[in-house]
Amino acid sequence: MADPLLEQALGNFRQSVHAWSKAAYERPRTAAPIAVHRGWRLAASWALGCVLAAGSLTGALYKYHHRQVIEKTSVAQARRSQQLAVQQSRTNDDEDLLANVDSDISRDVPAAMEPLAQLMESSGDQ
Amino acid sequence: MRNMRASTRVMAAGAAISPMTAETAEELAGQEFAGIVESHRPQIFRFLLASTRDIDLAETLTQECFLKAHRNWARFRGESTAMTWLMRIAINLQKDHWRNRRLQFWRHTRTNAVDIDEASEWLPSGERTVEQRMLAREQVEQVWKAVEGLSERQRTVFLLRYVEEQELSDIAQSTGLSEGTVKAHLSRALGKVRAELGASYEKRRSAKSGA
Repeated sequence: MADPLLEQALGNFRQSVHAWSKAAYERPRTAAPIAVHRGWRLAASWALGCVLAAGSLTGALYKYHHRQVIEKTSVAQARRSQQLAVQQSRTNDDEDLLANVDSDISRDVPAAMEPLAQLMESSGDQ
Repeated sequence: MRNMRASTRVMAAGAAISPMTAETAEELAGQEFAGIVESHRPQIFRFLLASTRDIDLAETLTQECFLKAHRNWARFRGESTAMTWLMRIAINLQKDHWRNRRLQFWRHTRTNAVDIDEASEWLPSGERTVEQRMLAREQVEQVWKAVEGLSERQRTVFLLRYVEEQELSDIAQSTGLSEGTVKAHLSRALGKVRAELGASYEKRRSAKSGA
């Protein structure tokens, strides 16, 4: 390719850019539609921000409440099982006591009746 | 510095015998800067428009460039021309803009950059025949295509040289590169433009011979 062609192309390019720049520099400016657009965008972003903040707050509150309910339930369950255990141990104690009393009563016989008691024991064994 | 420059000018003119007040110096500096804005603004805008192909962005960056220049006007020591200094600010602003856009890749930013076809519609005046106009349009389009394929630095150097017609030394000052590096970038950029033009030239010639 000959250099005159390159020079011609570069000259045309330069003049084209100059013409475009001159026209763009002298064009009338319209700022109103941009301002309106920005206003809408600002309002939309604020609304979105509020929705996000409210959503995250609600989520956090719900989670807190849910955790508290779970804690209350587990505490109640633990208390109930503790009460059951206490009750059961009490019943066992009563039964043991009664058995002891029973055996004590059955063992504590007057000396005069000792032979009879021995007889009963031996017959029980048989 | 700004006050000193302004006072020197008044003293040289012999207009002020009494010492200049700070307000007067400030006013003179303001006038000086206003003159610079008026004379250099179209050129800075043109360079930024050619770099970005986005009229709105070019306007915004031009505004920022002059705002920054105004803030740092006191620090301008006059070692280079005001144009070179302003162009350096514009180049840095443009670099920052692209860097920020790359970093904020998740942000969908509206871009008004026109495509090559639209940019090539602006033809130099003075072309007479339809064929000449078509040829000029084709050439402009091919140069735009080549410019699009250049690296950021090559594009800057190319536009400063062939659109703004700046000297190599001025380009070196504006870009902060050495003259040798500027020449190397320019040579590579020209090579790409030449290749683009050559490819289309060959295509056209083969089409003609085929017909």
